[in-house]
Amino acid sequence: MQLVIRYLPVAIFFLVWEIVTVTGLVSRQLLPGLEVIFSAFVGLVASGEFLFSAYKSLTRAAAGLGAAIVLGILIGLFMATNRIFLWLINPIVRIFYPMPKSALIPLVMIWFGLGDSSKVFLIFLGCLLPVIISTYNGARGVGQVLLWSASSLGASRFEILREVILPAALPDILAGCRTALAFSFILMVSSEFVIAKDGLGFLIGTLGDGGNYPAMFAVILAVAGIGFAADRLYAAFAASRLHWKEQS
Amino acid sequence: MSEFGIKVEGVSHSYAGRSGASTVALKETNLEIARNEFHALLGPSGCGKSTLLYLIGGFIPVQKGAIRTPAGVVSAPGPDRGIVFQNFALFPWKTVLENVVYGLRKQGRSKPEAEERARHYIKMVQLAGFENHFPSQLSGGMQQRAAIARTLAVDPDILLMDEPFGALDAQTRRVMQEELRSIWRNSPKTVVFVTHDVHEAVFLADRISIMSARPGRIEHLVETELGMERDDGVIASKRYVELCERIWALVREQAISASRGEH
Repeated sequence: MQLVIRYLPVAIFFLVWEIVTVTGLVSRQLLPGLEVIFSAFVGLVASGEFLFSAYKSLTRAAAGLGAAIVLGILIGLFMATNRIFLWLINPIVRIFYPMPKSALIPLVMIWFGLGDSSKVFLIFLGCLLPVIISTYNGARGVGQVLLWSASSLGASRFEILREVILPAALPDILAGCRTALAFSFILMVSSEFVIAKDGLGFLIGTLGDGGNYPAMFAVILAVAGIGFAADRLYAAFAASRLHWKEQS
Repeated sequence: MSEFGIKVEGVSHSYAGRSGASTVALKETNLEIARNEFHALLGPSGCGKSTLLYLIGGFIPVQKGAIRTPAGVVSAPGPDRGIVFQNFALFPWKTVLENVVYGLRKQGRSKPEAEERARHYIKMVQLAGFENHFPSQLSGGMQQRAAIARTLAVDPDILLMDEPFGALDAQTRRVMQEELRSIWRNSPKTVVFVTHDVHEAVFLADRISIMSARPGRIEHLVETELGMERDDGVIASKRYVELCERIWALVREQAISASRGEH
């Protein structure tokens, strides 16, 4: 019941969509009806085009995001524990963070060409910074007394890093990874839009160029759905890792 | 005084301030604490009592002077000196049992052995049944019991306590004081107990160092001579009441000058 109430606005949104298209308030050319979009989606799935594109895109996103999470956590932890490393990395991270990574698309194309690596690199770059910053903030915020307790119980410097700082920073790290997950979808679609021969972003672009708006809308809505599902799944995973936190 | 527990020899300590000026937290402090003595460091906030405790713990480096324990000159934290903090400092992602097991595993004990020993200490601090609770599921008093179990389980020679009951309500606080004293009687250790509560210091300690503020130093050393047994009878005794009054008068001077920012 709670779930119904929570997502009722989404149903209202689609209802309004349906009303404005059926009544002709908005041209069907600009905004196709939902049933037309749905049948276009069925067609895309039947031809295998959709699943192939989704597979291509999601493997790129997963590769870029996965690499960003692993490297981002390591960099963030070392920034929090090593002054020289912090001095070296921090200003670069801070300058690059607010820059839209999509601005690098032309450059990345020159460096990596049209293959998978250009997209994976771009997604990696975009996801890396939120993971670094959240890990660093989380690791910096670990209470002094927690570190002192561990060292007086006989933990070495490395053990403190792995057994105290990392788990203590986990809530922040998980939040940063969630931001990175959203970034990965944005960069996946936008990079495929510009430099790709396949993938969901490419599919949206070609369908739009070809004037097949129902199919284009179908892919856009599918991307939104996949992104939403990924975020919900991730949130459930994160909550299961943080079961020790106070229930609120 | 036979065997020594801790020797503080000419220790000074200053913190670097933001503007470059440094604050002297501790000046030329000397103190000898006997082995298995229950010693309280008493004074107003900012008198450097916690600084002295952290120096003994090896958490902050000794700048001038030296601190000796039977294990040698203090240069870093070590399991021979256990510490209990005011805000418990439990690992929030570990259960009570896992918290207590942590230090035992660092001593190289096997998992079953560590867990058995941990359960013994959890029982000793009256937390049996809460082994699998996370700290967030426990009250403040229970969290501090768990923290005490974690520290005692590794059997340190020296127990450092930084206002351990300061965050607890008055009733819990009294119960914890009595229990701490009886735990200490059953397995004696050198205890350094930091507090700003005169009654707590008198009730618990064998000797009390009264510290002055800015620069922090030990102004008075008082022996409580209240005997081994500490209970309601002690609190009602003439000696206890007089001692509290006398010590309060000494602390009061320091507190007034500290709050006026006098040097």
